[in-house]
Amino acid sequence: MTSTAPAAPRAASSPVRTTPSRPSRGGWKRRAPLLPALLFTIVVTQVPFLLTVFYSFQSWNLVRPGSQHFVGFSNYVDVFADSQFRGAMLNTVLITVLCVLLSMAVGLGLALLLDRKFLGRGVVRTLLITPFLILPAAGALLWKTTMFDPTYGLLNFVLGGSTDWLSEYPLAAVMTQIIWQWTPFMALLILAGLQGQSREVLEAAQVDGAGRWRTFASITLPQLSRYLQLAALLGAIYIVNSFDAIYLMTQGGPGTASTNLPFYIYQRAFQGFDIGQSSAMGVIVVVLTLIVATFALRLMFRTFDVKGGVK
Amino acid sequence: MRTSLRGRLGGSALTLFTWLVAILFVFPLLWMLLTSFKTESAAYTDPPTLFFTPTLEQFAGVLERGFLPYLGNSAFVTVVSTLAVLALGVPAAYALSISPIRWTSNALGFFLSTKMLPIVAAIIPLYVISQNVQLLDNVWALVILYTGMNLPLAVWMMRSFFLEVPQEMIEAGRIDGANLPTLLRRVILPVVAPGIAATALICVIFSWTEFFYAVNLTAARSGTVPVFLVGFITSEGLYWAQLSAAALMASLPVVIVGWFAQNHLVRGLSMGAVK
Repeated sequence: MTSTAPAAPRAASSPVRTTPSRPSRGGWKRRAPLLPALLFTIVVTQVPFLLTVFYSFQSWNLVRPGSQHFVGFSNYVDVFADSQFRGAMLNTVLITVLCVLLSMAVGLGLALLLDRKFLGRGVVRTLLITPFLILPAAGALLWKTTMFDPTYGLLNFVLGGSTDWLSEYPLAAVMTQIIWQWTPFMALLILAGLQGQSREVLEAAQVDGAGRWRTFASITLPQLSRYLQLAALLGAIYIVNSFDAIYLMTQGGPGTASTNLPFYIYQRAFQGFDIGQSSAMGVIVVVLTLIVATFALRLMFRTFDVKGGVK
Repeated sequence: MRTSLRGRLGGSALTLFTWLVAILFVFPLLWMLLTSFKTESAAYTDPPTLFFTPTLEQFAGVLERGFLPYLGNSAFVTVVSTLAVLALGVPAAYALSISPIRWTSNALGFFLSTKMLPIVAAIIPLYVISQNVQLLDNVWALVILYTGMNLPLAVWMMRSFFLEVPQEMIEAGRIDGANLPTLLRRVILPVVAPGIAATALICVIFSWTEFFYAVNLTAARSGTVPVFLVGFITSEGLYWAQLSAAALMASLPVVIVGWFAQNHLVRGLSMGAVK
C-alpha cells in the first residue's frame, strides 16, 4: 500500500464519496450503532399507530365504561358520512396549501431584500427570524388579542371600523398567524439558497445584457428550485399538523368554520370521548398523508441524493 | 455621475424599504414587548397608548400565577430529551454515513416517513397508554415523546455532517494505526462538533415550543410553558398586559438561543441540506 493518498476531488458543493464497498462481513457490528435509534423510533411512532388501527375497529366511548367491543368497519362508515369531517379535511388542505404558498412567496421577497449588503443587515435578519422562535402558542394568543380584537385590536385601529376578525374571517385570521410564523423559516432557507448561487453565472448573465427580471426568472429561480422544494416539503409537514393556532384563536369556530383535522380529531377524542371514531379518523388521515407523502418522498430523494450526499 | 447617484439613491431607498418591512413584520412582537410593561388599564385603550409609565408588575404577576414550575418542567423535558436524541441519534447517523450498509436508504426513508405521520393519529393510544402506565401528567412521558419526535430529524442532520468528514483523513489515520476511539476523538469529532450543536439547537426549539402532546397529556403537575399560556384563554380579554409578559418570559430562552445561533439554525432546519 503506497502512502500517496490521492487528493480526492472535493468540490465544496458535492462531496464525492469514495467509500470502499466492503463485503457485508461484520455488517451487524456496523449496524449496531443504528439499532437503538431505530428500535426507539419504531416503538414510539409505530406502536401507537398500530393501536390506533386496532381502536378504529372498536366501538368505545370513554363515558360509557365497558362499552368497548369490536364493530368492524362501522366507525369508518360513520366517518365518511360525517360532513364535519369532510369540512375539516377541506380546511386542512386549504390551510396547508395557502399557508405554504404564501409564506414561501413572502419569504422569497424577504430573502431577496436581505440578499445584498446594507446598513444593519444582521439586525434586520435577527428581527425577521424572531417570529419563528417565539412560542407558537404565544404568537397565537398575541394575534388573537392585540391584533384581531374588535375593540382594542391594532388591526382595526389602523384600518378603521370594528371588524370582529376571528368570527367574521376565522380561517383567514388563523392563516395570517401561521404564515407570519413560518415566513421567517422560508426566508432563511431561500436566503441560504440565494447565497449559494454561483456568482460567475450571474455575472455572465450581466455581461450578456440580461435584465434583472430576466436573470431572476431564468437563472436565480431554477438554481433555487431545490431549496424551494425543500421549504415546501418541510413547511407542509408542520403546517398540516397545525393545532396551536386553531385551538387558541378560534377553537375551530365559529361553528366549524376553522376546524382542521387535528383539531376535529382532538375534539372527538377529548371532548366527545369517542375513541373508536376518532381513531378511524386518524387512520384515514394517515392513509391520505401516506399517499401524498409517497410523492413527496420521491421528490425528497431527488433533493437529497442518498448515495452522493447533498448537491 | 448621474447613474451612480441614482444607483446610490435607489440603494438607500431599498435599504429603507427593507427596514420598514422588517419592522412591520415584527411589529406584533414589539407591541407585545411594549404591552408587557404597561398596567392593564394602559393596555386597554382605544386608541392604543404609545407613551406610559413602565411598570414591572406584570412580570411579578406572572410569577405569582405559578410560572416557575412550568418553566422548570420545560427546561427538564427539553434538556433530557435533547440529550437522549443526541445519545441515540449520533451513533445512528454515524452508522448510516461512515459505513453505509445496504439498507441505508431504507433506514433513512423510514426515519423521514415518521415525520410525515400526522401526530393526531397517535394521540389517542398515547393517552390510553400513559394512563395505564401512570405516566399521564408526568414529565417523563413528554421526554419519551419529544425524543421520538426529534430523533428522525437529528439522524438526517447528523448524517449530513458526518458525510463532510474527509474520507482520506480517516484512511490516513487508519494507516497510522489509530483505533476507532482515537479516530473518533481526533478526526471525526472536531469536524462534526458544530453539527452536534446545530442538532441540539433544533431539538431544543422544537421541544420547548411543542404544544399538542403537552396540552393533551399533561396538566397542573407536569405542564410546560405553552400549557401555562393556555390558562390565559379562559381569562382572555382581561389580562392582556400580563399575557404579554407571560408570552415574553415563555419565549425568551429560545429566542436568545436562536439569535446567537442563527447560522446553525438554517442548516439545522433544512436537515443539513444547506451549507
